[in-house]
Amino acid sequence: MPAFILRRLWQMLPTMLGVVLLVFLLFNWVGGDPAYILAGKMSSPEAIANIRRQLGVDEPYYVQLGIFLKQIVTFDFGQSWATGEPVGQVIATRLGPSLTVLVPMTVLETLIGVALALAVAFVRGSLTDRAVMVACTVGMSVSILVYIIVFQYGLAYRLGLFPVQGWGDNFADNLLRYAPLPILIGLAVSIAPTLRLYRSFVLDEVNQDYVRTARAKGLPERRVLWVHVLRNAAIPIITHVMANLPALLIGAFLLERFFGIPGIGREVILAVERSDFPVIKAVTVYVAAATMVFNLLADLLYQAVDPRVQLS
Amino acid sequence: MSAIVNEHDSAGLWTLAWRRLREDRIAMAALAVVAAFLVMLILSATGLVAADWEDEVGVNYAPPTFVGASAATLAAAGVAAPVPDNPFDPLAADIRALRGEGAATATPRRATLPFGADKWGHDILKKTIRGGETSIIVGLVAALVAVGLGTLFGAISGFFGGIVDDLFNWFYSVFTSIPSILMILTVAAVLQQKGVLTIVLILGLTGWTGPYRLIRAEYMRHKAREYVLAADAIGASSWRKMFAHIFPNVSHVALVQLSILAVGFIKAEVILSFLGFGVPVGVVSWGSMLNEAQNELLLGKWWQLTSAAVAMAVLVTAFSLLADALRDALDPKVK
Repeated sequence: MPAFILRRLWQMLPTMLGVVLLVFLLFNWVGGDPAYILAGKMSSPEAIANIRRQLGVDEPYYVQLGIFLKQIVTFDFGQSWATGEPVGQVIATRLGPSLTVLVPMTVLETLIGVALALAVAFVRGSLTDRAVMVACTVGMSVSILVYIIVFQYGLAYRLGLFPVQGWGDNFADNLLRYAPLPILIGLAVSIAPTLRLYRSFVLDEVNQDYVRTARAKGLPERRVLWVHVLRNAAIPIITHVMANLPALLIGAFLLERFFGIPGIGREVILAVERSDFPVIKAVTVYVAAATMVFNLLADLLYQAVDPRVQLS
Repeated sequence: MSAIVNEHDSAGLWTLAWRRLREDRIAMAALAVVAAFLVMLILSATGLVAADWEDEVGVNYAPPTFVGASAATLAAAGVAAPVPDNPFDPLAADIRALRGEGAATATPRRATLPFGADKWGHDILKKTIRGGETSIIVGLVAALVAVGLGTLFGAISGFFGGIVDDLFNWFYSVFTSIPSILMILTVAAVLQQKGVLTIVLILGLTGWTGPYRLIRAEYMRHKAREYVLAADAIGASSWRKMFAHIFPNVSHVALVQLSILAVGFIKAEVILSFLGFGVPVGVVSWGSMLNEAQNELLLGKWWQLTSAAVAMAVLVTAFSLLADALRDALDPKVK
């Protein structure tokens, strides 16, 4: 196992290097000279030269790449251009609110998705099955923006069931008062695609020989689905959940923006609006690293779920 | 698959697929809806329909006709009493002249419109058609760019294999390790300019990974087939083998990917425009309509939100049903 992990980490290096190169190219070459953004409209040549020297952009490209690599390794991306806050601190303080919304949302989404998928697969081909699938397709085609606008207006503004937006300092208060509506909307948006996907995973399994055997020895259909099929369908489900986790950190940006949650996604949107390059660079590099680590974790989880899987 | 009519007259892939598609009633309905949207798009793009959406034909926030006008909008629809001249206004004479000119040309604004009006009194129905034009064109062109890139990379990678394949695979793993929405936002931050072309490029340049993987797998399967060896024997060049011989046999994969990506990109354009990273000011799209509608809803003016949301939902539902049916019809092995 340790040898496997080490080798996988070793294999990540070229990909990570590629991500760093891509981000570097985008920001230092395509993005143009950041000094003009920083110096503002009323800039003097001296001020620009000064900023260029501070950022190191008057150096040759290989020196700048070296600076960037050093920033990544030391977790020190300098200060946000917009607020002057250290970038490391920006990310650290925004992670908590994001996770407060995302962890309950992911857990609920997976549980509800699996339960519904098995229930629908249980009656596959029936009118219920087809009706649910049509409802999913229609539900998926409505823009997430419409869900957020309508739910926020209806449930929070008109009916007053939830606060319209906001975020506090107290974890319990945040989780129980401010997070429920964003979580509810997130679920409303994500259940339909999740259900469709998990249903296809389950249906891939129901025609296998072991299912026929389980039925032949007289197991009730319920047990066949919830024990035998579920364990085998778990592998693609784990892949899906693990691969989506880091993306979700950014993907919840609309929820965070509408509900005023000071999370990573909202910070990225703000950074794009304010051309705050250090924040975007740091988030991109670390989210890419997290994606790779989560892929590795998914591989390790496979073995826990299915002992036949050999890590090699 | 035994739909062979005569021994010398066997149906091709596309004929068979079309036959399968025709039997699927849902798919044909979806195709009709998508075709209707495309016809509307062409009419709108050529200026036959909704070219005058920017005319302020109704009063501000005129409600839809089926709701009926309220007293306030009726009053606004009547000719507003002229503001008395300010004796100290140095431009009084000019303003009077302008007002006379305006009164001569202005048509009275309507109190209700078929589907209501927005803040400036634009006809929502025309605005939705016009917004759809932008959103659909962006989605389709970006999907074309993404599938084109994915096909090109996938063909080169799968056909040549070896170090070329390794290089493209490295490229692929780099792009897929950054979540697509973050990639889109990063490129939007760097490009710093708004425009329909920019958003097409952003979506197209970041969306090629899905088609790449599938097309590459197809090319790896096909390159050792006998017809390719035969083409090799008659001295066809690599490019000719890749695009004249193999591509027609894998083009159904590209078509299915095109329809799936177009749906995703239409949704993505709406979100980007909503956030203000998409279409520039003055161009209307479903995303910019939703952006305006968000504030209008607080005033109780729900019609712009409804029309943009419904138009988009109908198109996306039909398009995704069509994409599913296309995949089933063209690739009957997959259930």
